[in-house]
Amino acid sequence: MSDRAKRNALLSLFIALHLVVILPGFFSTQGYAEQSRDLPFSPPTRLHFVRPDRHFSLRPFIYGWNQAALDIGTYEVDRSQIYPIRFLVRGSTYTIVKGITASTHLLGVDKPGRLFLFGTDDFGRDEFSRMLYGGRISILAGWIGAAIALFTGAIVGLISGYSGRWVDSVTMRLVELFMALPWLYLLFAVRAILPLRIETTDTFILLIAVVGIIGWARPARLVRSMVLTAKERNFVLAARAMGASNFHILRKHILPQVLALLLTMAAYLIPQFILAEVTLSFLGLGIGEPVPSWGTLLAELQKYNVLVNYWWMYAPGIALVALFLIYHWASSTIQQRVGVPLT
Amino acid sequence: MSARQISPCRFQRGVILLTALSALTSFAATSSSAQDKQSQTEVGRPGGRITVALRTDPKTLNPILAVDTTSREVIGTMQADLVHINRETQRTEPALASSWKVSPDGRKYTLALRRDVKFSDGASFTADDVVFTFQLYLDKTLSSPQRDLLVIDNKPIAVKKIDNYTVEFDLTKPYGPGERIFDSLAILPKHLLESAYRDHKLGEIWGVNAKPEEIAGLGPFRLKSYVAGQQLLLERNPNYWRKDASGTSLPYLNELLFTVVANEDAQVIKFKSGETQILERVGADNFNLLQKDDPSKSRCLYDVGPGLEFVFLLLNMNSVDPTKHADIAAKEQWFRDLKFREAVSLAMDRKGMVRLVYGGRATPIWGNVSPGNKLWLSTNIQHPDRSIDQAKALLKSGGFSWDANGALLDQQKHPVTFTVIVSSSNTQRTKIATIAQDDLKQLGIDVKVVPLEFRALVDRVMNTHDYDAVLMNLVNGDVDPTPEMGLWRSTGEMHLWDMGEKAPTTPWEAELDKLMESQMTTTDYATRKKLYDRVQELVAQNLPLVFLLSPDILVGAQSTVGNFRPGILDPYALWNVDEQFLQPTGAACR
Repeated sequence: MSDRAKRNALLSLFIALHLVVILPGFFSTQGYAEQSRDLPFSPPTRLHFVRPDRHFSLRPFIYGWNQAALDIGTYEVDRSQIYPIRFLVRGSTYTIVKGITASTHLLGVDKPGRLFLFGTDDFGRDEFSRMLYGGRISILAGWIGAAIALFTGAIVGLISGYSGRWVDSVTMRLVELFMALPWLYLLFAVRAILPLRIETTDTFILLIAVVGIIGWARPARLVRSMVLTAKERNFVLAARAMGASNFHILRKHILPQVLALLLTMAAYLIPQFILAEVTLSFLGLGIGEPVPSWGTLLAELQKYNVLVNYWWMYAPGIALVALFLIYHWASSTIQQRVGVPLT
Repeated sequence: MSARQISPCRFQRGVILLTALSALTSFAATSSSAQDKQSQTEVGRPGGRITVALRTDPKTLNPILAVDTTSREVIGTMQADLVHINRETQRTEPALASSWKVSPDGRKYTLALRRDVKFSDGASFTADDVVFTFQLYLDKTLSSPQRDLLVIDNKPIAVKKIDNYTVEFDLTKPYGPGERIFDSLAILPKHLLESAYRDHKLGEIWGVNAKPEEIAGLGPFRLKSYVAGQQLLLERNPNYWRKDASGTSLPYLNELLFTVVANEDAQVIKFKSGETQILERVGADNFNLLQKDDPSKSRCLYDVGPGLEFVFLLLNMNSVDPTKHADIAAKEQWFRDLKFREAVSLAMDRKGMVRLVYGGRATPIWGNVSPGNKLWLSTNIQHPDRSIDQAKALLKSGGFSWDANGALLDQQKHPVTFTVIVSSSNTQRTKIATIAQDDLKQLGIDVKVVPLEFRALVDRVMNTHDYDAVLMNLVNGDVDPTPEMGLWRSTGEMHLWDMGEKAPTTPWEAELDKLMESQMTTTDYATRKKLYDRVQELVAQNLPLVFLLSPDILVGAQSTVGNFRPGILDPYALWNVDEQFLQPTGAACR
């Protein structure tokens, strides 16, 4: 594969992945909180193409579960119940953005058939749908965290690097202080003092914001070092000699130098903050039930019996690895193109 | 008892307690067959060592101070009591007292002590030790947790030495539970503790770092060594007073090793690999996993049946300060409405909770007595099936309505929403809360589940009353109803739904007060049963707590452990450790 084809393939994967998590309602087969209490830890539903009478069917179909076997806690298919997969079906209502709702899903089967592409969790909730909705929360956390960290870091770095002298000394000591902060304990403390009746999503965004605010230190250092070299460049010196104001020099000459760095940093920081969300949720500080995130989904694997018995519960972990690889690729591609060092 | 003393690991027979960890959730109950017949005790083979994992280090080895389960469990193997409750039959048996007589008025208990009994350091045991021990338990300045149990109707019991081997107890009032009061009260050596008691230093001795020769007891084992955070090794007490049917001195085991393994999954893995012989307090998921995954039948796993624990949803009905907690005061209007509570109870999918959270190893309940408590369970309690339609009809008749989106509105057309707090360290209870949340959503009630650190949760429930609803559990220390005094009496210190009441606010609460008091001072079982049946009926009708389920007691042992007879009350696996032994090849499980 040529470099170009490879890049296009990865780029489309990058876009597809984000599209799926931006519109989880459409791609999911049911709501994230819908419980099928008779089907806890159901294995993934198998898609079939050959009917029991050995006829090939181009449209994939699934079998229903044998109810008698379900009652004693085992999963056995009933080959007399056949549910063909249908596209663009009406299902549970979901919200696209606040106020706009829809109920069309990409895939589905007729009632009472139930399609669990990635199996179910301990409440009989569809793991596939939860993974898509969970991705939305996790990636959103990554973006918000990275945006806050980069924005704060860029401003502090610009000011510190450009003005030098005591401003530089003070801000850099502050950076060191923030880098030494045990942020996990800080988050535990923040969670403990929050009032009970605050919305879980608000708590969560607040916690992510705290992580972002603590995370500004590293970008600030990098930006500062870029500014330090940039401000000694001849064109900057020339602009100053011609009487350009500090603000003008920062905006017109130095910021463009730093932008590429920020972009590369973003591609590198977003997965870091996604991981921070996963860590928070894993420790029980994340978004509350029943809203899923990849962290809360992975936290299920803390339980020994889930870990050894239900392999489909690993799915969010695999999605996480794939996402990380894509972001890593994006970060290195940007870096190659603009040629900034990233350490 | 002040609220401060209620800790996640507090264990006290005779007092109701809250537990935090899923693993601590259950106390024992008996299976129906074990109720009346005791299984045969085998004559064992001396020697060997049994290893048992503990969740935490014991905090102390001093019975006067121990409040946490771990310490009490370790102490239980080193000390002995006067009268012991057989965990398998739920009935009392002679221990250090070989027999006892009750005065006709039911107040005075005269106990004949065993002769020729020696402490583990060789000193003789006499009535002086008993009198001294009870002096310690009753001393207010020591604030021992056993004191609560020994104070009947605000009067401490009186202890008198008749002669060297006879002691008389005056219970000040006829006392329903009778000689059960003596169970688990360790009799301590006067010769070792008297000087420390005189110098007010009792709180400092017998800590976990005490030298083995400083500690003596009448139990089957004595301290050999302790390594903090790792293990506590006990050795056989050569002076132990019990003998088996063939006259061999008990205990059979040479050593009993407690290792500290902090989490349940790690304990399960150690048990699976044979590193530990006995597994106590295992969750349903791991229990099912162990049972499935044992082709060589090297392990015996016991589902002893529902324990004395009950899990419930509590709606806050405390009188909170409306200026400080206006939102809670508004919500209490709904919670005080019996129709609302009935609707909530009807919406709960108890069977789903049992199936999804406990893998079927729990029992749905509609009243305060778990089905494990065969002696006291009332058969007149209704078990209404889950019905969202009936619940909605009830709400409608109570003046509630629904908006266009199906959200429930109260009489003033305010949306009905509330928060349920739950202990964050207990995954099972968080799961129950998630199911309840979904159930209530079907009534149009938007419920938020907030996991809180256990101590913070207890503080809100017991002290500040700053919560809407809580999903929690209580565990009875004994099958007898008396431990529930604090819960049902309106002035009780555990009267959770409306704490600090001076007098009962409703007729049914007034009746509860009377019933509970008269059952405590009645000694006839049939009369007490009738009184307590009425208590159960009132509680089930008025739903001060919405009862959900009672988890099963689950324990395991390697098949090489003989005489393993998991029982009813805590400690349910080690209660007969003096009779347990190791056999060279595994035997068939009972």
